[in-house]
Amino acid sequence: METISHTSQAKTNYLNADYGLKSWLLTTDHKRIGILYLISISVFFVLGGFFAMLIRLELLTPAGDLVLADTYNKLFTMHGVVMIFLFLIPAIPSVFGNFLVPMMVGAKDLAFPKLNLLSWYLFMIGASFIMYSVITGGLDTGWTFYTPYSTTYSNSNVVAAALGVFINGFSSIFTGLNIIVTVHRMRAPGLTWQRLPLFIWAHYATSVIMVLGTPVLAVTIVLVALERLFHFGIFDARYGGDPLLFQHLFWFYSHPAVYIMILPAMGVISEVLACFSRKRIFGYSFVAMSSIAIAVLGFLVWAHHMYVAGISTYAAIIFSLLTFFVAIPSAVKVFNWTATLYKGSITFETPMLYVFAFIGLFTIGGLTGVFLAAVGIDLHVTDTYFVVAHFHYVMVGGTVTAFLAALHFWWPKMTGKMYPEGFSKLSALFVFAGFNLTFFPQFLLGYLGMPRRYHAYPPEFQVLNVLSTAGASILAVGFLMPMLYFAWSLQYGKDAGDNPWKAAGLEWMTSSPPPTFNFDETPTVTWEAYNYDEIDAPGGPAQDKPTHNKGVEVAG
Amino acid sequence: MWEHLPLFPARASTMAGHVDALYFALVAIAAFFTFLVSALILFFAIRYRKGRNPHATQIHGSTALELLWTGIPLAIVMMIFVWSSVIFFMQTRPPKGAMEVYLVGKQWMWKFQHTEGQREINALHVPAGRDVRMIMTSQDVIHSFYVPAFRIKADVLPGRYTTTWFHATTPGHYHLFCAEYCGTQHSGMIGEIVVMDPTEYDKWAASGVDGSLASAGEKSFQHYGCTMCHRADNAGRGPNLTGAFGHTVLLDDGRTVTADESYIRESILNPGAKIVSGFKNIMPTFEGQLSEEEVIGLVAYIKALGNGTANLPLPVSEPNSGAYPVAPKQEGSAAKSDKTTTTPEKGGAAQPAAKP
Repeated sequence: METISHTSQAKTNYLNADYGLKSWLLTTDHKRIGILYLISISVFFVLGGFFAMLIRLELLTPAGDLVLADTYNKLFTMHGVVMIFLFLIPAIPSVFGNFLVPMMVGAKDLAFPKLNLLSWYLFMIGASFIMYSVITGGLDTGWTFYTPYSTTYSNSNVVAAALGVFINGFSSIFTGLNIIVTVHRMRAPGLTWQRLPLFIWAHYATSVIMVLGTPVLAVTIVLVALERLFHFGIFDARYGGDPLLFQHLFWFYSHPAVYIMILPAMGVISEVLACFSRKRIFGYSFVAMSSIAIAVLGFLVWAHHMYVAGISTYAAIIFSLLTFFVAIPSAVKVFNWTATLYKGSITFETPMLYVFAFIGLFTIGGLTGVFLAAVGIDLHVTDTYFVVAHFHYVMVGGTVTAFLAALHFWWPKMTGKMYPEGFSKLSALFVFAGFNLTFFPQFLLGYLGMPRRYHAYPPEFQVLNVLSTAGASILAVGFLMPMLYFAWSLQYGKDAGDNPWKAAGLEWMTSSPPPTFNFDETPTVTWEAYNYDEIDAPGGPAQDKPTHNKGVEVAG
Repeated sequence: MWEHLPLFPARASTMAGHVDALYFALVAIAAFFTFLVSALILFFAIRYRKGRNPHATQIHGSTALELLWTGIPLAIVMMIFVWSSVIFFMQTRPPKGAMEVYLVGKQWMWKFQHTEGQREINALHVPAGRDVRMIMTSQDVIHSFYVPAFRIKADVLPGRYTTTWFHATTPGHYHLFCAEYCGTQHSGMIGEIVVMDPTEYDKWAASGVDGSLASAGEKSFQHYGCTMCHRADNAGRGPNLTGAFGHTVLLDDGRTVTADESYIRESILNPGAKIVSGFKNIMPTFEGQLSEEEVIGLVAYIKALGNGTANLPLPVSEPNSGAYPVAPKQEGSAAKSDKTTTTPEKGGAAQPAAKP
């Protein structure tokens, strides 16, 4: 990155426009709220990772000898609750969605800036309830809150955690609402739907799921709390309820929630991949429509979590069929991304390495999902480590990898600084190697029959567990390194210039870090997304300046 | 430590081969696509790296390719769907005449009851070469009956019966796991399935038992006064239960229901839920008064009624109402295939006749 502009530093940007804690806690700037989210979810990621390390250490030996059984149960529960509700669900939409959606559509902010701030406060209040339950007896129901264990038998602090998840849900709903309205109403002149970056399509699809699905979870979890407090008899057979009803309601949200976690990641991959292969995404409309297809089909497959739960044979068969359908749009995306590389001009910056990792790991995660969709096999491997490995390939190999790709790719935009390329490549290697060593053995464990959520296990499973724990240690190093070098780069990183990647997209057409209202003048869009041919054309837009700066006043 | 590195579970049931065959097919498909995508990415990344290909060629897409890579995966997954559904039907449809074992799960143990009268905790003895149908319930939270060597799993729920079945092939000891998280000692809720040679099993099943499960049920039937109304002479205030099991029952609202284990269980614990046509809703609930084991005994007794293996309830006092509206009795009902192992006796407390 030799072509670094030093001129943008003098300009007022969203970071130096105002100072002091109050200016952050009362901000309605979508970029600052994105940063607030980034800090919050990073803390929760470290916490969730800490729980994971304790789990892996306990599983180093077959006997339950490191922590007590109850403690272990709380550890995997808190690992799941923190990672899903406080990291994975908000990770990309609330950090990068918040930061980038208005800029990508050429708007000054999200449609409802105050609602946006409220959503962060709700997130933090919900998180506080969950943390309160951690320190006052913990939570041991598993993140799935299955009844009647959660309503009647658990001795842990279920009500506080349930309340936390409930409040958190509104944060998610508000973010989704904000993104939907922004995409509909606030696109820059000329920015038609067919010109939108695929990141926007992915976030649009995600937001629809958030708005439609989250209320169901919120109500369900309140019913769990009410049943626990007042024995309403909704889910507990002893009072005339039905435990399977809970599972239907829970998965009606929580399966689409998987797509809340992965769709934005897919959006990130499209952006980064296009930039570092200097090409428009192959089959743009198919990739865009596959996001919508996933969002729609995602609502029709929930009971594939329940094949062995006591639903009827025919119900299981129908949900199996629908689940196979949902595999197709994901496959379409993978093939289109692969085809995008064809005849590209490919470079290997860290974000691109994460994209390669994502495609490979997501492919394995997706294909093992086909195993689980097959009800005949699911009967054997459901509730075993095969499932654990599968969803970690999707959630960590997919979402976390894409999150890291996004963080490296847009860090210069967010901070104006470059991260150190050498360290970041090394950490990407650690993440990839550590991840596979951690989770691949778990597929084998699962087919062997090791059930999940086991504090102690038969000795023949030990070798594979030791491998997994060894991998987790490498993975931990891979995750800790970025935290250090990103923090380091804030002070010592090289100035990034406005557009170090010569990337397409409106967010790169303003300065880095951007001014408070993003653009001094609203841009007018006359080009399709990923117009790398124009950007790279000889005599085209200046190489070290933002592209298409007509209508946009740029620093320098 | 290295002597403990199995990479594949034992195969000890007729289902294991079917599941493994599909699994291997899927492993092959997954490996092929993973390899294909990885190889293409690697090849493109090297061939079209910036140093070698400084200028990208813009390609918008190809509808033909899109159709191809939508159509081929769709065709593949549809084949998998059909294959896996066929296996699933085998897994969920127990063959007729399977021997039956009742299971009650509780935090954190498995309690088994054989129809012959044997009771076991955390171990289940079964014969090789026979179909075994499990009728399962939980007295607290949800558990899941999982035998990896048989490739079967089914959740065990409170408040209802779920079933699964297997046909063990190879004598030996196999893991039994609880696969649904159930609290503190979830990972301690394990046991073993002991698959025995059939003749040894018959000996084991007949030794030292204190009366069959049905005879235990008969005692409960009398103890709780069921005989007062459910008389064998169609003269009670409740339906005559003789021969009722396995038949279609006409309800007073016009619906029909098959008199299976779940129906009998519900009718004991929540009698008002489904009233037999021609009878009044007068039976008190036994919810909270009977343990799951006692309910199972009653179910086993009612099943045995009318297939010649259990004593009929004694007629008491004067006749009252009409006959039990069951469909005409068909052959066999749900009787045991192997009557030598289920030979209840007169009086309800004697040893099985088969005992040496």
